[in-house]
Amino acid sequence: MNPTPPLGTHAAIPKPALDQVLGALRDAGYTLVGPKVADGAIVYGEITGIADLPVGWTAEQEAGRYRLRPGVPGRLFGFAVGPHAPKRYLYPSTATLFRTRRTAEGFEVLPGEEAAPRYALVGVRACDLAAIAIQDRVFLDGPAPDPHYRARREAAFLLAVNCLEPGGTCFCASTRTGPRCTTGFDLALTELDEVLLVEVGSEAGAAMLAAADWRPASAFELTRARRALAEAEGRMGRTMDVRDLPDLLYERLDHPRWEAVAARCLSCANCTMVCPTCFCADVVDTSDLTGGEAARVRVWDSCFNHEFSYVFGGHLRPNIRARYRQWLTHKLATWIDQYGVLGCVGCGRCITWCPAAIDLTEELAAIRGGEPT
Amino acid sequence: MARPRLAVYKFSSCDGCQLSLLDCEDELLALAGAVEIAYFLEASRQALPGPYDVVLVEGSVTTEEEVERLKEVRRQAKLLVAIGACATAGGIQALRNWADADAFRRAVYPTPGYIRTLDRVRPLGDVVLVDAELRGCPISKRQLLDFLAAVLIGRTPRMPAHSVCTECKRRGAVCVMVASGVPCLGPVTQAGCGAICPAYARGCYGCFGPMERPNTGALGDRFVALGQSRDEVARAFRGINAYALPFAAAGDRFARSDIEEG
Ligand code: SF4
Ligand code: SF4
Ligand code: SF4
Repeated sequence: MNPTPPLGTHAAIPKPALDQVLGALRDAGYTLVGPKVADGAIVYGEITGIADLPVGWTAEQEAGRYRLRPGVPGRLFGFAVGPHAPKRYLYPSTATLFRTRRTAEGFEVLPGEEAAPRYALVGVRACDLAAIAIQDRVFLDGPAPDPHYRARREAAFLLAVNCLEPGGTCFCASTRTGPRCTTGFDLALTELDEVLLVEVGSEAGAAMLAAADWRPASAFELTRARRALAEAEGRMGRTMDVRDLPDLLYERLDHPRWEAVAARCLSCANCTMVCPTCFCADVVDTSDLTGGEAARVRVWDSCFNHEFSYVFGGHLRPNIRARYRQWLTHKLATWIDQYGVLGCVGCGRCITWCPAAIDLTEELAAIRGGEPT
Repeated sequence: MARPRLAVYKFSSCDGCQLSLLDCEDELLALAGAVEIAYFLEASRQALPGPYDVVLVEGSVTTEEEVERLKEVRRQAKLLVAIGACATAGGIQALRNWADADAFRRAVYPTPGYIRTLDRVRPLGDVVLVDAELRGCPISKRQLLDFLAAVLIGRTPRMPAHSVCTECKRRGAVCVMVASGVPCLGPVTQAGCGAICPAYARGCYGCFGPMERPNTGALGDRFVALGQSRDEVARAFRGINAYALPFAAAGDRFARSDIEEG
């Protein structure tokens, strides 16, 4: 048995020893979820060990375009984020909130989910850690914390990875949310050529690392990691000038660019579905044919959807211009008033996965370019 | 309380949507218990007269006789529900609205004089008031059962007007348009199918018809950017829901290949 590393330790393990950590997580009752290749992309799914990771794979990402490509052979984490975010697991796209059943006396209420699943999320990037911190504020702060989110969130283990190969649509350096994982993880990996450096972020993380043959990282290794991260910061596919937000957008609500982007935007909602911070949902009731059982279900919704802004008497945002403007001003302006931070963590997903190739960094730059109107 | 009376009628169509109802094997007993199936020729010879509480109507209207019969069905129906692309938009047979039906008639039938049809294939809504639409080719059995359950209990049925993309992303499918460059009608098509085609690496064919405010022009332009000809784009819109207004307009726009739009 290896000694348990203290909090804040920077350790080093041979790459194959990651399987020991993953094995310890499994033994502790976690379901392992990590990146894997499926359907032409690197998605999140259940994994059992290193062999399931996209070893040697990477992806080209551009606005509206994603292509899986062979990367550096043997590299475990040589790619940026894909279409899935941890949101899928902490805040699932469809969740039964509760069920009811008719009884002789009336009806009884049953829980929607018996017990929250315990996920160990493997390969979470800095932008996604920032996004989780945002969703924590949304769902857990305030007078009515969401019990469904809380149950999954408290049960989760976050095995993060520092990004050394940012993607073509990444700009976390601009939003100051990456590429280095600074907080909010249990363990954080940095992949060097020969070894994995592991930073211990929590007691739970320390306990899991103890399952592997770790040693303290050398000064040389730490310098290499620091340098690689600094280089990554300079190789972001996109940049976004966040100065003067939120006021910049408030002053330009009638900018002609909104009309121009609305002509291209499909109002398809893909951007909001892939965004790791977007949290809007619809709540719907279902019932069976006999009227004996019913359920209340929460599903991801979007400000791009027609019904979303329908209120009695009409639509608040009847056209695409109004919807796109709502989305972008929420992400980059009103979010700051609401939660004290930008609603965008620079992950680039909405750029890559927009079927119309709309790029919010380009839209903001165009709006910034014009005169206030 | 008496069980609500259900009837199922068919016009010009392939019977596939009615089959979706028969396909509800697990739920059929519960359904038969909850409603009186008064008229459903595909399932039973028993044909009880109206009036009916709920009438599901499959098929498009293509002859004068059908126009009259549909008006009579409407008179017997408290709630008339158009089921499937034929009933809601004319269906695949509405492609003849862009062609010379007389020429087809002469080519196919030895005695074309016996065949009498309307000049255009019509969705039900062109002839009578339709209370609700279940889209699809065929309709989704899940959506049909939810609709009936909602009517029975008096709640709002769940019939989203938003894109197939929303369902595609909820189920975690990888976007075929972005990851493989496959043209997909999902961004302009109404949800309800559960994004079946994209989940099997195919582009959406638009069988649930146009969503609310579809930006068909922008999607067509994007198909062109992905390497499709304008003619191919026109054909993508001229499919099962060719005659649904926004798809018809987009089909026409991209078919005019002589006009190069900016
Ligand atoms: S910005 Fe792109 S992904 Fe978002 S709704 Fe518009 S077309 Fe869809
Ligand atoms: S707005 Fe776009 S880039 Fe920003 S966090 Fe959301 S998906 Fe990522
Ligand atoms: S595959 Fe089609 S339906 Fe799915 S997100 Fe992409 S464009 Fe939309």
